[in-house]
Amino acid sequence: MRSLTVIWAIFVKDLRVEWRSRETLAPMCVFGLLVVFLFNFAFETAREETLRLLPGLLWIAFAFSGILAFNRSFAAERENSCLEGMTLAPIDPSAIFVGKLLANLVFLAVVEAVVVFAAAVWYNFSFLPSLGALVLIFLLGTLGYAALGTIFGAVAANTRMREVMLPVLQFPVAFWVLILSVDATSDALRGASRGDLAAGLFRVGGVSVIYAVVSFLLFEYVLEE
Amino acid sequence: MVLKKIFPPSVHLVITLAWFVVALYMIFLYAPQEASMREVQRIFYVHFSSACTALLAYFFVFLGSMSYLWKRSRRADDFACASAEVGFIYCCCVLVTGPLWAKPAWGIWWTWDARLTSTFILWLLYIAYLMLRSYVTNPGRVEVLSAVVGILGFVNAIIDYMAIRWWRTQHPQPVLGGGAGSGLEPRMWWTVFVTWGAFLCLFFYLVRQRMALAQSHRELVELRRELTS
Repeated sequence: MRSLTVIWAIFVKDLRVEWRSRETLAPMCVFGLLVVFLFNFAFETAREETLRLLPGLLWIAFAFSGILAFNRSFAAERENSCLEGMTLAPIDPSAIFVGKLLANLVFLAVVEAVVVFAAAVWYNFSFLPSLGALVLIFLLGTLGYAALGTIFGAVAANTRMREVMLPVLQFPVAFWVLILSVDATSDALRGASRGDLAAGLFRVGGVSVIYAVVSFLLFEYVLEE
Repeated sequence: MVLKKIFPPSVHLVITLAWFVVALYMIFLYAPQEASMREVQRIFYVHFSSACTALLAYFFVFLGSMSYLWKRSRRADDFACASAEVGFIYCCCVLVTGPLWAKPAWGIWWTWDARLTSTFILWLLYIAYLMLRSYVTNPGRVEVLSAVVGILGFVNAIIDYMAIRWWRTQHPQPVLGGGAGSGLEPRMWWTVFVTWGAFLCLFFYLVRQRMALAQSHRELVELRRELTS
């Protein structure tokens, strides 16, 4: 019960900081939109090709803008020694992880909504027929990606050149979350059968849950001083 | 320390060198020529042995990391670090011999097939692990942080193993331990075993020397501190 209060407090604090400073979400959205925008001119695709390339494009936009959020997540806590305050507080470090993860999930969800909307308008592509499946895939894929990002953000905050260190840590480990999410998204956009969709969701969900649990268990070691 | 007495590094080195001479003899003279790829196929012995050793080395990184988080022993961390450094060299060897063999055998240097991709990810994991070790600002935290990354990387390696079954693959899976009709000629099998043995022997030699180096480095730092205080 107490952990839930702590998780909620950290989650709300991160959202409130973001609401007042607007330092994470706005750059993330702009960055995500730029990826979609540049892609359009890099490839000048026809509709058939768009269908083939869109899943990868969406996930690249999510992945890159996610890095911005994860970098801020713990780097911001270093200012004024906030992180020390949090680690000294008599609370479970795992609760800090969950609170931070939830905040990052909200940031990524906003970016995903913005990017998908922009892609729908700019590529004249309707996501509505497969919206239900897409929401599930995005939710599960983002869970695994953000769990890794949250723990690696905390690790990278302890290094020199943390902006470089975070992607170097994040991308090789998050590789399969991204690849499987792209595969599942591709199936959903193509209108694949219910069985294929379920199998894709199961894979994304399985891998994401594994990473979320392992990150949750390891997080207390990252914070200890 | 006991190991140093009963099996000194110099003896280990001599055995490794002798083993390599035997392995080279077997690769080039003892093993029969493969029917379709001819002489080129002989790189397989080096490629396969490095690949197995590189994978095993990452498992050692995981073991060292787990044992460090559990027991907090410096030696466990030394072992993880040494395995990562030597394993990285082996992984480079896989990525160099692979394309050298793929070009004459498949006609292309590289393809993004599942097994090649997962080896490449392993290589990136080694880089991430080693980079992290050198970039951590607080020296007292290197061990814990790299242990966390080592364990997450190993989880990734396990998922790799499952995921390559779901994903596209063109790499010859059935060559070793595959289904019926696969397998090697007995003399090729012996060559594989002896070569891999030589690679492992070299691996352990380098790891123990690297661990000894880490130990001396720590002693040196300690001595310096005593001198200045």
